Amino acid sequence: MPVVSGYNSSDCPIRYFQNPSSRSLLFESRSEEKKKKIRMAASDRTVLQFGPSSAATSNVTAKVHPLVIFNICDCYVRRPDQAERVIGTLLGSVLPDGTVDIRNSYVVPHNEFSDQVALDIEYHHTMLKSHLKVNPQEVIVGWFSTGLGVTGGSALIHEFYCREVPNPVHLTVDTGFRNGEGTVKAYVSVNLSLGDRQLAAQFQEIPLDLRMIEAERVGFDILKSTSVDKLPSDLEGMEVLMERLLTLINDIYKYVDDTVEGRAVPDNSVGRILSETVASLPKLSPPAFDKLVNDSLQDQLLLLYLSSITRTQLSLAEKLNTAAQMP
Amino acid sequence: MANTMARSFLQVAAAEEVAPPLRVVQIEGLVMLKIIKHCKEFSPALVTGQLLGLDVGSVLEVTNCFPFPIQEEDEEIEADGANYQLEMMRCLREVNVDNNTVGWYQSTMLGCFQTAELIETFLNYQENIRRCVCIIYDPSRSNQGALAFKALKLSDSFMDLYRSNNFTGEKLREKNLSWVDIFEEIPVKVSNSALISAFMTELEPDTPVTQCDYDRLQLSSSPFLERNMEFLIECMDDLSVEQQKFQFYYRSLTRQQAQQQSWLQKRRDENKARKAAGEEPLPEEDPSNPIFKPIPEPPRLESFLIANRIANYCNQINGVTGQSFSRLYLTKGLHEN
Repeated sequence: MPVVSGYNSSDCPIRYFQNPSSRSLLFESRSEEKKKKIRMAASDRTVLQFGPSSAATSNVTAKVHPLVIFNICDCYVRRPDQAERVIGTLLGSVLPDGTVDIRNSYVVPHNEFSDQVALDIEYHHTMLKSHLKVNPQEVIVGWFSTGLGVTGGSALIHEFYCREVPNPVHLTVDTGFRNGEGTVKAYVSVNLSLGDRQLAAQFQEIPLDLRMIEAERVGFDILKSTSVDKLPSDLEGMEVLMERLLTLINDIYKYVDDTVEGRAVPDNSVGRILSETVASLPKLSPPAFDKLVNDSLQDQLLLLYLSSITRTQLSLAEKLNTAAQMP
Repeated sequence: MANTMARSFLQVAAAEEVAPPLRVVQIEGLVMLKIIKHCKEFSPALVTGQLLGLDVGSVLEVTNCFPFPIQEEDEEIEADGANYQLEMMRCLREVNVDNNTVGWYQSTMLGCFQTAELIETFLNYQENIRRCVCIIYDPSRSNQGALAFKALKLSDSFMDLYRSNNFTGEKLREKNLSWVDIFEEIPVKVSNSALISAFMTELEPDTPVTQCDYDRLQLSSSPFLERNMEFLIECMDDLSVEQQKFQFYYRSLTRQQAQQQSWLQKRRDENKARKAAGEEPLPEEDPSNPIFKPIPEPPRLESFLIANRIANYCNQINGVTGQSFSRLYLTKGLHEN
C-alpha cells in the first residue's frame, strides 16, 4: 500500500504517495502480457490470481456525457504552467445494467515527479462535498487523466481512488493527439496477486460508449466550430433538417433505382430495412389523411389567430394605459 | 518622456471610464452543456447557477459556471448557500478558472421568467458587478429540437426608474417606457477552444441524422401548445385583475377631483361673501380635509411583467405553430409521393 507521508511544507496541504521501490507495474500492452505468461510458466505451483474484482469488472462498460470531455479539455487548456497532464475526479452513477454513467467531472490539482505523485486531497474532498450538495445522486465513479494510455503514476492515483470507491473507472483523454486522433479510453484495474502477495495492478480497457445523445441535442454544428455567431432559430433549424431529409430520400431513391437496374449489388438486409421503414408508415386512405392534416392545420391556424389577436390587444391596452392621463 | 507616458495612461484610464455598451454574450460550449445538464436533471423544478467569465469591451465572455443547490426557505441554509458559493469560487480559482461573476443562469418553464424576483435579483447583482447578464434556458422547448438559450439584461432606462422608485404612470410617459423596454435581449455567440473543436470533430458520428433532427420531426406539438395556451389564459386573467385595479384607481381619482372642485367652489363663494363683509378670506387649501389626500397609484410593474409574459407566450405559440405548419406540409408531401 502507498504510504501517506504527511505534509510537504507547512502551508500547502498536499500529501505524497510514495511508491515502494519493490513494486512493479503491469500495463495493458502485449509485451507485458508476455511477461506475465513467462512468470506463470516459471512458477507452475503457485497460481497467478486476478483480484476478486476481476469477475465483476469483466463486463463493465462506461458511457460518457459530452460535458465531461468538454470539461477535461477546458481544464487541460487552463492547466498550470509546466504541468504535463491534468487529472481529476469523475462523477456519475452506476446504472442497473452495470454501465458506469460518467456525467460530471472536476479537476484536482496534482504534482508528479519521477516516482511519486502529490494529490491535493483536501481540494478533492471540498469539491466533492460541493458537488454532492447540488446533486446527491452523482457520486465518484472514477478518475480521468489526459494523455494516451496509462503511465506509472496512474497506478498510484488509481489506488487512491480505489479507497474512495470500489472499482473506479480510469478515463484517459489524449489531448495531445499523439497518434493523430483524439483517443478517449476507459480502463478498470485488476489486482494481480501471487499467492498472498500483491504483484501488480493491471489496467484493462473497457468498452466506452461515446455516442453522446446530449451533444446531438445541442447540435454538433455548434459544438464543433470554434466560433458560432448566432444560435440557429427554430425555422432555420427546420430548414437545415428538411434539406438533410431531402438528401437522404434522394440517396435512397438513387440506391433503389441502381439496385433495380442492376448497377449496384443488391443487399438483402438493406432492402429489408427499407421495406420495414416503408411499412411502418400508417396506411391511411387519402381522404382520411387529408382530413387529419387539414384538421391540425385548422387548429394551428386558430391558435395563431388567437395569439395574434392577443398581441394586438396588448399593444392597444398599452397605448390606452399610458395615454390615459388624468388632468 | 515619463510625463507623456503618464498622460497617456491617464487618457487610457479616462477612455476606459466610458464603457462600450454590451453587444454580445459569448458563451463557451462547456457552459452551455453545463447549464443544459443542470436544468434538465432537475426539470421541472427551476434551478439557478452562477456564471463566471470576463468582461472584454462590448463582449461579455462566459467561460465557466457552477450550479447552486436547490434553495430552501431557511436562513441557516441560506448562509450555507453563501458559503457554498465562496468555496466553489475559491476552488475554481485554484484551477485557473476565470473568477469574475458575470451573472447567473436559470431554467424556466415555457418561458414565464419575467417576474418581480428576477428584477430584484438583477438589481442585487448589478450593485456589485457593473455588467451582468442572465441566461435563461428552457428545457421544455429543447425537447422539440430548439436550443432555447436567451441572454437578458435590464435596460438602463428601466433600471434608473426602478431604482429611484419612480415607477409611476407620469414618469413612464415622460421616459416613453413601455413593457417592451424592461428587458433587453442580447445576442448570444458560442465559442469553443480549438482543442474541443478537434475532439468534437473526431467524435462526431457519421450518421447523417442526429437526435436533434428526430426531436424536430416530432409531429405532436399539441401538449406544448396546450400548456402555452393555459398559461396564456392565466396571464390574461391576471392582467384583467390589474386593469380593474387601474380602472378603480381612475374612477376614484375622478371622484376625488370632482369633490375637490366642488369644495373649492364652495370655499370661493364663501370667501366672496367674507370679502363683501370685510373679513379675511379663508385659505383655498385645506390639508386636513380627506378629499385632498392623494390616492396612491397602483404599482405598474406587475402589469408590465404580465404583458411581457403574454407577449412571450404569443411568440412561442407563433413559433411552434409555424414549425408545425412546415412539418404538416412535409408529411403531406411525403404521403402524396
